[in-house]
Amino acid sequence: MTEKIITKKEVEYVAKLAKLEFNEEEKEEFTSQLNSILDYFKKLNELDTEKVEPTAYVISMPTLLNNDEVKPSLLQKEVLHNSKYIKKDYFKVPKIM
Amino acid sequence: MALNQLTAHEIVSLIKKKKVTAYEVMQDIFSQIDKVDNLTKAFLFVNREEALRQAKEIDTKVKNGEELPALAGVAVAIKDIIATKGIETTCGSKILKGFIPPYNATVINRLKESGAIIIGKTNMDEFAMGSSTENSAFGPTHNPWDLERVPGGSSGGSTAAVAADEAFIALGTDTGGSIRQPASLCGMVGLKPTYGRVSRYGLVAYASSLDQIGPITKNVTDCALVMKVISGHDNMDSTSVNLEVPDYLKSCQKGIGDLKIGVPKEYFIKGIDSEVKSALDRALKIFAKLGASIEEVSLPHTEYSLPAYYLIATAEASSNLARYDGVQYGYRTEEYEDLASMYQKTRSEGFGSEVKRRIMLGTYALSSGYYDAYYLKAQKVRTLIKEDFDKAFSKYDILITPTSPTPAFKLNEKVSDPLTMYLSDIYTIPINLAGIPAISLNCGYSANNLPIGLQIIGKHFSEETILRAAFNFEENNDLEKKRPSIKPAKHMEAAK
Repeated sequence: MTEKIITKKEVEYVAKLAKLEFNEEEKEEFTSQLNSILDYFKKLNELDTEKVEPTAYVISMPTLLNNDEVKPSLLQKEVLHNSKYIKKDYFKVPKIM
Repeated sequence: MALNQLTAHEIVSLIKKKKVTAYEVMQDIFSQIDKVDNLTKAFLFVNREEALRQAKEIDTKVKNGEELPALAGVAVAIKDIIATKGIETTCGSKILKGFIPPYNATVINRLKESGAIIIGKTNMDEFAMGSSTENSAFGPTHNPWDLERVPGGSSGGSTAAVAADEAFIALGTDTGGSIRQPASLCGMVGLKPTYGRVSRYGLVAYASSLDQIGPITKNVTDCALVMKVISGHDNMDSTSVNLEVPDYLKSCQKGIGDLKIGVPKEYFIKGIDSEVKSALDRALKIFAKLGASIEEVSLPHTEYSLPAYYLIATAEASSNLARYDGVQYGYRTEEYEDLASMYQKTRSEGFGSEVKRRIMLGTYALSSGYYDAYYLKAQKVRTLIKEDFDKAFSKYDILITPTSPTPAFKLNEKVSDPLTMYLSDIYTIPINLAGIPAISLNCGYSANNLPIGLQIIGKHFSEETILRAAFNFEENNDLEKKRPSIKPAKHMEAAK
């Protein structure tokens, strides 16, 4: 591979967006791996897609909507059950401001 | 033959005829798990007491002369990415260790209503990202045919469990081949339904526009049986389609003399293993003997599937996996200064390296300045790939290809090179991009006794046709059906 598609600096920036952190060694490894993957992906540029519509979902069926009715949902106790960090009836997180 | 070696429909029939009790069946299942799961490592959690209790309930129903549902007493293993109320669901990830879902996925409720008994949760590549089950935070699963090899992935635990007779049937999920590729590598039957055929409610999302739940079974009859139970519209999943569910088992009974089969030439070029190729050639002769017509067809955009898939899947994954922040459930890091560092540390400690790699790739593809070049481009290529299939299906009823370019590879063989690992899904990925159904079933063995699978692809909602083709092939395949040995290699034994 000759040119770098993604630099280490960009990897650091993307990591920040993704709320991930890496040590130096991991940054080097990710930069090299992402470069070889993205280099392979350049293959898509062989195709002229200017007049092609994008596909997000493949099944063209009308979106099914439920009636606007109140139905039973999970109990608060059940929702809070999976966190160790609960205070009264709330999830506890570190100070934000 | 021990009861656990039979198929689901044989077990249901024996229980109905009072030849065996559901309790005896379940005891055989758990004795097999006790015997071999330390070798296969298919299960992450075994639901023994509850399963035995439910077996007794079935037996009470038999005693009282009550009518039994379709899967009464059938031991089913569930991939650990499908929510099971009260049973830990980890997705093979440290970040969800200890997570107990407060509700069941729709497929779980449907299996329970049909009398199936959930015996445990199975190992998988973390968040279904992988092709070998080596990306599990809880260690790899081993292929029952050769314990030094991978079972495929990401539904490797589910498939190994069925192959090793530790379960009669299993549920897996398939985003780019995660049901069909392990089915091929373990000699089982695996079906990826049409997008929208089976409800995804309670399936932890990887790539929402590609994910589908499907069965892994020992034969086509069982596959048809399970498909009937899990398919159909669900109010809880707006992408599940409101179409009648056919009697798949009945559809299998017809012949295939009317079928026009296309064989895509792009699937038989460079990189295909010679034994896979000859197994396919042999299989196609059987289809011809059964009266189907066979012609070569072209799917010209096949080679663009892999990059398009990895851009779309990772973009969707980076968004879906943003929810793991340590606040409401799962792992939270011990030490942090503020909210931002809690998020970062939790995610960095909780996710494995392949998951991080895909989140990074997806975040990059969606980031400002790159969206058009990567994500939008991939979605446009997706249209071209879908159109290839539309065109082929205007002329042919089904397409037949290999499922995987090679038989099972060795553990650690591909872990260090993500791109090589991605290439093992090259024949299954286009199907997810097009949203069409496909089934993988065994069509032979390599010289060193590893199963080889073939893939039958159909148009949207044509599960009846691909099951019929698969059933007819299975009935007329003149190869002797083999079973995995589940024996540790000599040097592994010595190391014990």
